[in-house]
Amino acid sequence: MASHGHSSHSEEKVIPAPQTAAIWKTFWILLILTAIEFIIAFTLPANGIRVAIFAGMTIVKAFYIVGEFMHLKHEVKTLIWAILIPTIFVVWLLIALIYEGGHLY
Amino acid sequence: MSALHAASAVPEKLTWSGGSEPLKASYGKLMMWFFLLSDTFTFSALLVTYGMIRFSQQAYEGVHEKFFFSTTHWPIPDKVFEAVPFLHGVEAPLVFVGIMTFILIFSSVTMVLAVEAGHRGDRADVEKWMLWTIIGGFTFLGSQAWEWSHFIHGPEDLALAAKDALGNPIEGANLVRNPYGPPAFADLFFFITGFHGTHVFSGVVLNILIFFNTATGLYDRRGHYEMVEKVGLYWHFVDLVWVFVFTFFYLV
Repeated sequence: MASHGHSSHSEEKVIPAPQTAAIWKTFWILLILTAIEFIIAFTLPANGIRVAIFAGMTIVKAFYIVGEFMHLKHEVKTLIWAILIPTIFVVWLLIALIYEGGHLY
Repeated sequence: MSALHAASAVPEKLTWSGGSEPLKASYGKLMMWFFLLSDTFTFSALLVTYGMIRFSQQAYEGVHEKFFFSTTHWPIPDKVFEAVPFLHGVEAPLVFVGIMTFILIFSSVTMVLAVEAGHRGDRADVEKWMLWTIIGGFTFLGSQAWEWSHFIHGPEDLALAAKDALGNPIEGANLVRNPYGPPAFADLFFFITGFHGTHVFSGVVLNILIFFNTATGLYDRRGHYEMVEKVGLYWHFVDLVWVFVFTFFYLV
């Protein structure tokens, strides 16, 4: 296609075919998880168990977005932990203060 | 140039003088990761505040069908967010926010397709997918503008609105009072979705910049499309934050 135009300055420029199977697989996983969240929102009564299910599903979605789309799964271990450890503490704070908020009331 | 060459050839000598990449990621990508980590803290602060305040307030105890807006109990989100553009008077709880979520996840997919095209040096494909990502970003921003406008106007039927201390229905939402529930509800809505929307906006600006640089052939001349990856990280992060906002603000 366009490679004919500037073949003069890079004759070896052959564009490989796209490798998108993993990307679309991740997309379908995210879509199906969101659909299930919707179903749960209208079928289960609002209580602590439902909050826990939502939080768990959100963390699974976050795993796919960060791991596949942001490519963190394929980085070196040190980088993975450097990002993950502070985040784990933050999630702990979030859960802890939701719980504590219930006791304030 | 020779120093770059030496880094791969004689790593031992340069290990402690900046010659090696211990995390096997470029400086720019690492800095983007650590910026995103710090941004995570900011968003977490907002979500932690939301969780704390929401659960320290009176919850609605009755059945879902009989729910009514009042400043003394926290509203059920699917009773507040139930309108869809062009469908007047139709109750469609959370449908519009579901569409917004889908738009943002899909624009994340087109972004990762642009990154993949960049790895192959396929300029036409990068342009195509960046353009779709920009369109997705603008669509999301437009949807959010509609959502805000609808939220600020309040329920069309004033009989549904929460009452103030004198028993009059509250018209329109602001930072002081709102027709849905305690003042903190609207405050948190404005701060959390507003802060996220600002991120989406700056993401769209960055995406336009990347699209422009791709179209003018800058990354072709540079020989790599790493900038697409770096901005891609930011864009995925914005999507990631929305996944959390969607769960904690709209579903829980």
